[in-house]
Order: sequence, then structure tokens, then C-alpha cells
Amino acid sequence: MAYSDKVIDHYNNPRNVGQLDKSSTEVGTGLVGAPECGDVMRLQIRVNPETQVIEEAKFKTFGCGSAIASSSLATEWIKGRTVDDALAIKNTDIVKELSLPPVKIHCSVLAEDAIRAAIGDWKKKNSVAEAAEVTAATAAH
Amino acid sequence: MSTVTSHVEVPAGVSLPIYMDNHATSPLDPRVLEAMLPYFTSKFGNAASRNHSFGWEAEQAVETAREQIARLIGASAKEIIFTSGATESNNLAIKGIAEMYRERGNHIITQVTEHKAILDTCKRLEKHGYRVTYLPVKADGLIDMDDLKRAMDEKTILVSIMAANNETGVLQPIAEIGKLCHQKGVLFHTDAVQAVGKVPINVIADNIDVLSLSGHKLYGPKGVGALYVRRRNPRVQIAAQIDGGGHERGMRSGTLNVPGIVGLGKACQIAFEEMDSEAAYLRGLRDRLRNKLESELDYVQVNGSWEHRLPGNLNMSFVYVEGESLLMGINDVAVSSGSACTSATLEPSYVLKALGLGDDVAHSSIRFGLGRFNTQAEVDYVAAKVIDIVKHLRELSPLYEMVKEGIDLTKIQWAAH
Repeated sequence: MAYSDKVIDHYNNPRNVGQLDKSSTEVGTGLVGAPECGDVMRLQIRVNPETQVIEEAKFKTFGCGSAIASSSLATEWIKGRTVDDALAIKNTDIVKELSLPPVKIHCSVLAEDAIRAAIGDWKKKNSVAEAAEVTAATAAH
Repeated sequence: MSTVTSHVEVPAGVSLPIYMDNHATSPLDPRVLEAMLPYFTSKFGNAASRNHSFGWEAEQAVETAREQIARLIGASAKEIIFTSGATESNNLAIKGIAEMYRERGNHIITQVTEHKAILDTCKRLEKHGYRVTYLPVKADGLIDMDDLKRAMDEKTILVSIMAANNETGVLQPIAEIGKLCHQKGVLFHTDAVQAVGKVPINVIADNIDVLSLSGHKLYGPKGVGALYVRRRNPRVQIAAQIDGGGHERGMRSGTLNVPGIVGLGKACQIAFEEMDSEAAYLRGLRDRLRNKLESELDYVQVNGSWEHRLPGNLNMSFVYVEGESLLMGINDVAVSSGSACTSATLEPSYVLKALGLGDDVAHSSIRFGLGRFNTQAEVDYVAAKVIDIVKHLRELSPLYEMVKEGIDLTKIQWAAH
């Protein structure tokens, strides 16, 4: 498989690798995928409670190069956005940016799921409305 | 196109990319090429031309090749039928026997880790009224002889069990299987594509009735293979699957691929002479590779029996790292992965799953196929590179981090997608 330069760049130099304190009320954690499917993404956000801006984002991913790149890119994009803006990110945006082939579209879907799951977790912790809805949507995927 | 960066230096004498996928195909030995070349040009005759020297010359070359192949597997030259490769040999063996022995019975026994050329052939026969038993394998990849005994009944006409597996290199107990088949009066076919020329095989001692082999797996050319068909005790009959001029004792029509056959013969001759020393050499390289990887990395496992294995095979899972991402990082080394992401079907290796590996471990597997032309310097480079990339990917792996923190991954409710 030929990878795009951007995928290779994220693979070589992944952005925002790491973990945030899961127990903090400012932190939302999304863990999506499953080991038996060959993809697991954990995406975490730290949200400023005043502004609702995502000030920090971290990820770790078990998966192919495209999955690593999709989640790395996702952390780059959501940093500095408000949670509502971050929810506007669509998997198709990731496909376009990374030039993912059709067989790798599920990697971008998973990255979008990870963003939603992390925000959903944060909303639940902070009793923000619609949280239940978002979590349910993610679980159903 | 940018490339994946690595901190591993390429040692002197190693040129990239390195080929370490010899179960997929092997490079042509220069001695084989040399033997073949005249048969593309001046010695172009049709081996079936009986009335001039061009034909005689080609026929003589074909007969020499038949002798060379027969000697490697303990057969006689008349028992060798030339084909286009192992897929054709397997199809001819199974369909040809099924058709010829239909009145005696309709039951065939094979096993789950066979190559698709066997499994899909058997599936087709099932649509035509044959009954097929697919034996399971144990965790080490070997079949259980008691399962085989139990599966046999009065309608069983054929047992087809591979000699060596193409993914794990696991060697099946073919001598025991052959003995049992002969006691029960059942024909025994073995797909020996990966085993011929790598480990000793003797059709008499091992009681093999029909055997498939291929040129390009043993440093010969692609597009040529052979089928050994026993002529006595018992005399095996095979219904031709291709109609035509009645070549190859009526079992396989079609003008013989003389250069290819000459190459296959030469490859078998070299294997006959060098198999023992080559096996020792490959075992040394393979053990070195395994030891290096295991000394630097935790959570690695060898898939399939270590004892009953081809000398050049190392199939390992680097748990908590996904196989395709590992291949991406070692893109100057040609190896294979059992990961779903590298296949068209998005299903991980059915062979590894049959050994009881979870999908997650199968996704993490790499098959190293060492061959005649690999060197110790290459092994050292590949080991260093794999270690470097696995460590990089584990830094990124949430699973590795969780396991290191003592979390039991099986207790987590994963959202399957």
C-alpha cells in the first residue's frame, strides 16, 4: 500500500502522544475500537471550564499507519477549538486531508468517534446537556 | 514521497530493500537461470516432437529434470507429472482422484490450515456431492492423529494434508499420516510446496501417494510445478482435468514448458545436494533473529510449533502493535503480516486463528521467511529495525500502556465496530 506523505509524516512524528489524568473533571476520555478489529484509539481532551475551549489533546493508537495518522491529526485539529466546534469535525475532512484510500475510511470514522467519545465523557462529567445522546451514538457505532 | 525515518544504520554489505519473504516466492538461483537459458533460444524444440533432433533434445532435457525431481523426493522419474505450478498440481490431485475413485467413496479429509488451493478445491467438490472433513489443528499447528483416525470411514478415498504450512512453517507428521492411510487403504496427498528441498521428504518412507511441488518456492522459476503420482503399491489413477494431446501419461495435456522444467529440475538437483547444509545455515539465521528480538522486546510470541517447523520460518506476534503499522515502519524489508489490514478481505489470517490466536494477536504477526541468499548482516539489520519500530509503535499503543499499568484488556467492554 502506498501512503500519502501526510500519513507518513504523522506516523514518523505523531503529534500529541500521551495521556491526561482521566480522573480530572476537566478531562474527557474517549476509548474507541477493539483490539480484535485491529484498531483502538484513545483520545483525551482537557477543556477550560470557563471558555469550553480544548486546551490540550492527547492520543494513543493501536492500529495501522492510517489509524495513527487520523488520530494524530484529530488531536491537532481539536486543540484550541471549543467543544462545539470540535464536534463539527467530520471523518470526511480527515479522509481529504490525509488522502486516505477507500479501504482506510474506517480509520477516519474511528477518529471522529474518538473525538465524540472524549467530548461525551467530558460533558457527562460536567453534566452538560446532550451528553447522553452523544455517548449513545458512539456506542451504537 | 517521504519515507519512514529510522535510527538504524545500514551495515556494510547490506543493500536495501532486503528480501525476507521466501515463503511467498524465492529468487531464482543463478545456476538455475544458466541451465534454463539455452532452452529459450537454440534448444527451443517441442518435447513431444518425436521425429527430429530438436524434439529429442527437448525431450532429453525434460527427462533429466524428471530424474532430478524424482531423486529429491525418493520417487522414480516416471512418477513425475509436470504442471504449471502447485495450484494446478493441487487441483489435479484432488479433483482427479475424487473423479476417478467416485465409485469407491465420496469422502475426503483435509485440515483447516491448508492453502486455499486445497480448501477451495474441496469446497467446490462439496457442491458436487462429495463430503469433506476439515480437521482442526492443535495450538502448535499440528493435526491430532486421533482426530484423523476418527474421521476416516468406509467412504473415505483421500486424505490431503500439507507437509509444511506457508504461514507458520509448521511441519505436519506426514510419515505418520502416510502410514495410517496405507493401513486403511486410503490415498494420501500432500501439498509439499513449502517443504520440498527444505526438509527431507521421501515418498516411499513417508507412504505418500500423491505430492504437489512448485518451482519458485525452491529457487526455481515461476509457472512450473510437478505432481508426483505413485505407480505401484498402490497404482494411483488420476482423471485428467485438462483435455488435449494426452501428454504426461494422459494426466495433463499441454506442450511442456521446457525451460521452466529444466529450471525446476536444476533447482531440485541443487536442493538435493545442499539441503542439509542450507537447513543448518537457515536455522542459525532464524535462531539469531528470534534471540535478538526476544532479548529486546517483551510481549512477543512465536506462533506455531518451534520444534516441528521449517528451518527458514519465523512467525512472531509483536503483541499490542498492529502488523500493518509495523510493516510500514520496516518498509525496506520485505516480509508478510497476518494482519487483516494487509489483506483484501479485512480478516486476519485464518491460519493463525486456527491455532487459537485471538484476532488481536493475529493482527500483530509478522512472517519472516529466510532463504538461501539471506545473510547474517541482513538478519542483524532486520532485527535492529524491527526492535526500533516496535518500540516506537508501543509508545503510541494504548494497549501496551494499559497492560503495563496492570489493566486486564479482556475485562474492558470494547465497542466492536
